[in-house]
Amino acid sequence: MSAVYAQTSLTSRVSTALYLHPKLLLLLLLAPPLLWLGVIYLGSLFALLLQSFFYIDDFSGNIVREFSFATYEQLFTRANADVFIRTTVMAAAVTVAAALIAFPIAYYMVRYASMKMKAALYLAVMLPLWSSYLVRVYAWKLILAKEGIVTWFAEQLHLIWLLDAVLSIPLIGGPSLSISYIGSFLVFLYIWLPFMILPIVAALERVPASLTEASADLGATPNQTFRKVILPLAFPGVVAGSIFTFSLTLGDYIIPGIIGNSRPFIGQAVYQLQGTAGNIPLAAAFTIVPIVIMAIYLMVARRLGAFHAL
Amino acid sequence: MTKLSGIAVKFSGVSRHFGEVRAVDRASFEIQDGEFFSMLGPSGSGKTTCLRLIAGFERPDAGNIAIHGANVEGVPPYQRDVNTVFQDYALFPHMTVLANVEYGLMIRKVAVAERRRRSQEMLELVKLESMGKRKPNQLSGGQRQRVALARALINRPSVLLLDEPLGALDLKLREQMQDELKALQRQVGITFIYVTHDQGEALSMSDRLAVFNQGRIEQIGAPAEIYEHPATAFVAGFVGVSNVCTGELACRLTGSAQAFAIRPEKIGMIAIREKAPEGWLLVAGRIRAITYHGATTRYAVALDGGGELAVMKQNAGNSGIIANIGEPVNLTWSRQLNQPLADEE
Repeated sequence: MSAVYAQTSLTSRVSTALYLHPKLLLLLLLAPPLLWLGVIYLGSLFALLLQSFFYIDDFSGNIVREFSFATYEQLFTRANADVFIRTTVMAAAVTVAAALIAFPIAYYMVRYASMKMKAALYLAVMLPLWSSYLVRVYAWKLILAKEGIVTWFAEQLHLIWLLDAVLSIPLIGGPSLSISYIGSFLVFLYIWLPFMILPIVAALERVPASLTEASADLGATPNQTFRKVILPLAFPGVVAGSIFTFSLTLGDYIIPGIIGNSRPFIGQAVYQLQGTAGNIPLAAAFTIVPIVIMAIYLMVARRLGAFHAL
Repeated sequence: MTKLSGIAVKFSGVSRHFGEVRAVDRASFEIQDGEFFSMLGPSGSGKTTCLRLIAGFERPDAGNIAIHGANVEGVPPYQRDVNTVFQDYALFPHMTVLANVEYGLMIRKVAVAERRRRSQEMLELVKLESMGKRKPNQLSGGQRQRVALARALINRPSVLLLDEPLGALDLKLREQMQDELKALQRQVGITFIYVTHDQGEALSMSDRLAVFNQGRIEQIGAPAEIYEHPATAFVAGFVGVSNVCTGELACRLTGSAQAFAIRPEKIGMIAIREKAPEGWLLVAGRIRAITYHGATTRYAVALDGGGELAVMKQNAGNSGIIANIGEPVNLTWSRQLNQPLADEE
């Protein structure tokens, strides 16, 4: 007597076929995301790279579709170099400040907060991401403006002299917070902070509390434990967060347009070149710059051993 | 290292509460210098909390703890002359085995050459001399356990705390490590305080042990003393197997309502016609169940007047099992083997 496993419905037949051919199943699952990544994502990036080797004919203003380094010669001028340096220094400053602020918050969330407190903190970190980015940036313009809350507060506390002293610092100061590098820095920091906190929380969650205890047990002071155990193990989280804050600041063109001293950042330069100026090749070349900066950044991070504990 | 007293650790009325739960409730005991002392109890009985109180990870809500005669209230873990082997080993995953073992010396800023030499020595002591360059995740459970041991011993603490260090290992390895741990303790000659829920482990390894139940210490003594003379029904039931006879059953067997415990292996099982020796207790029953354990067989005997006793026999003969289910038998044992128990609170 031999029993027969009846393949009655079509779905059960498909299920059985896929179960018996796991590689086919994997292919079906991976095909859509791979197509997206390969064609739309990498394809557009490649198109960008290609465009940067075209150039604009000076007389007609038309794009000449021929391979040339003419656009890159245009890119490396003194004025453009200032744009790169300005943007990179801002991105680095925002990243360092975000890491310094985010780490204690993340550490508190993981080690000390009760379940309720932790949920409340998660909500507090994520809540700003639910509202419009533009609304939040304009809200900051009002807060930082000369007639804004910060000025009013300083007046009430008789600290106007302090505010004036800060604003009179050369280069980063300005007529008011909303028209200075300090202002753009503060808003960048506010907007990207969640992207630093969440990866650090995720990294710290994976460090068992017993490691801290073991370190103390072996004679390490809290300071030594932090430097030898907690920081090295949480560092991949800090690096992941810094990739977000650094690259997001590098590419942003809205914040420096609304808050700041109207000296352009990379994003704004790209926006103007592809829009009003109609110089698509130079805009494309401009966007290659943050990609190169990020590549260098990741290489340095790797050299520093940021990915060793992964 | 100066030893101010022969007492390594002293608890005086120590309590530790977590909200409503009394994890440790007015514990008082002394651990001698150089002793292998076990804290035995079910999970949640307060034994691990006691260990954490000694290490300094917890602070008592009441009472005093002294290590070598010095009160340690307010002394942080990193200033205490004790080291811990953690239940999950707590090895630093980003460091090599050698760096893990060296950690305590590095923190104390011992010169590199000296700490290389001493950590290599430690690795030899735990038989891992060739594993120094590996990362903890490249080791087996037993090897990690040894690294944790070497790391804790390198600071030459006066007291070593071990929190269920063999709990994660399989049976064969656990038995091997028990022997090694005991030999190591004799070799280094420092006080071991060993937390376990495994009564066999506690009996075979310890010089003395404390039995914990619901935050309180039920009995402290040498292994044989605890096993042969359990003070309470809890100890009698938790350490080995016991028949605990109370109330009416005790009255019927001995003529007194005094509760007592009798070990299953101390009870003789004889045919229904046979007479008991002079002065021995005799009770008739029927075999209800038989459980075969290899070296021994355990019989559950339902007594004729109600109640049940467990009886254990060595399987010395050929067949092992000497009676069948449903068979009537007489049970007999010397009255002197009855272990009177303290009344339950």
